[in-house]
Amino acid sequence: MPDVTYIEFNGTAHTVEVPIGTSLMRGAVDNNVPGIDADCGGECACATCHVYVDAAWLDKTGLPVPGSQEAAMLSFAAVAQPDSRLSCQITMREELAGIVVRMPEGQH
Amino acid sequence: MDAHVAADPREDAYSRPLDTIDVSVPEIYQNDVYQPYFERLRREDPVHYTADSHFGPYWSVTRYKDIMTVAVNHQVFSSKWELGGVRLEDQVQGYERPSFIQMDEPDHGERRKAVSPVVAPANLARMEGLIRERTNMVLDGLPRNETFNWVKEVSIELTSRMLATLFDWPLEDRHRLMYWSDVTVCHVDTPDAPVHSEAERYAELQKMATAMKALWDERAASNAPRFDLISMMAHADATRNMDFRELLANCSLLIVGGNDTTRNSMSGGVWGLSKFPDEYRKLRENPELVPSLISEIIRWHTPVLHLRRTALADFELGGKTIRKGDKVAMWFVSGNRDEDAIKDPHDLIVDRPRAREHISFGFGVHRCVGNRLAELQLRILWEEILKRDLEIEVMDKPTYLRSNLIHGIRELPVQIH
Repeated sequence: MPDVTYIEFNGTAHTVEVPIGTSLMRGAVDNNVPGIDADCGGECACATCHVYVDAAWLDKTGLPVPGSQEAAMLSFAAVAQPDSRLSCQITMREELAGIVVRMPEGQH
Repeated sequence: MDAHVAADPREDAYSRPLDTIDVSVPEIYQNDVYQPYFERLRREDPVHYTADSHFGPYWSVTRYKDIMTVAVNHQVFSSKWELGGVRLEDQVQGYERPSFIQMDEPDHGERRKAVSPVVAPANLARMEGLIRERTNMVLDGLPRNETFNWVKEVSIELTSRMLATLFDWPLEDRHRLMYWSDVTVCHVDTPDAPVHSEAERYAELQKMATAMKALWDERAASNAPRFDLISMMAHADATRNMDFRELLANCSLLIVGGNDTTRNSMSGGVWGLSKFPDEYRKLRENPELVPSLISEIIRWHTPVLHLRRTALADFELGGKTIRKGDKVAMWFVSGNRDEDAIKDPHDLIVDRPRAREHISFGFGVHRCVGNRLAELQLRILWEEILKRDLEIEVMDKPTYLRSNLIHGIRELPVQIH
């Protein structure tokens, strides 16, 4: 199973295995990685699974499509950046093996 | 529907013709008899049309999944005040309140972003110490072994102080903010409502807005950055040129949003845990469950009963066709008890798996902006209650507000031992 590294706001890194086809949000929640709240359970309806995608991986994950529900929800997140994504909208696949994402100061 | 006088609400809910079920009747919340009506609707008619009600014809969306569908589709389901706003009770012509909750994109988003920094993570961290200090003071001042109203002495006391801080409003005048909150949410035909007509409501809110405008002008003229809601609105591009009516509307929205919901969750949690004593025992033995408890209280109590949308186009939902122009109520109080989405939904379970996935904050772009501040206040309250190992004995059932909007608890008599 491919690895994902989640880095908390305080710098603590968690590397866990996430099955192909599972979202990065679910990968964090199922492995008790702190810092992802996921209040809506993966419906792209709350922006509380917000992550910053490491620069080396951005071209593979891409950015939210302008005008999409993900872009709308992220525009209300407290500390959004150009590399922000909702982790429920990134599905694990082979080419993302080893991906690194960072968590914001809070999920809001 | 005269359900509020039915001797047996469950029998009434299941025996009356389906098309006569009207869950907009405020008395069913005041008398705490609403659950069987929603239970039947979820099973037999989850997207339910009421042709005739005090608030006109409307749809009720009662299942978790369907509420989610409506909540995230702001392209079809509008919040606009011009179409009636976000309550089943339409805005009355001449007294409309164009707050940002009653706007669609992009107007809603631009204004919301002006105030949302007050509840952003960094600011919450700054407020934690103050909230804890006040919580300690209030809890340590409570009487022992004599009956008092938890709502007045704890819930209102704590949330009114928080609200004064958010507005940087004089603390000694905080009761006026509470009054305006009650004025905003009441049904004016309630016998003991603070106001009895829309004109009277608007006149009282004008007094509020006049007081806020004075603070606004003072703070707009100052370049020193201040971190309160009025200063933020006075300085943000999207809000600095608001007219008096919009100022009135937004202040009244933020007053209600900033206290009423948390107030009622503070009371609802005490009531809920008193009904599930084994869960309270589990909590006392496992205080690390507090964050999970907070989500569970917010689900179980559901401080906002419904919010309304108006359809901008025909829409198929649950086998029904909602027509353009129809009023649609998302009944959060029902979605949070949906047996298909939540296991044993009527039980308050302090270590419920995935407790965060309740529907009380709404979903989509209008999701509650202050949700993390609400959770913070509730978390600190329960942490401090547990630290003191307070035994809170509920002496009688709560007295509920006559409202189909706010799940309000007016009185909760308790003793502390």
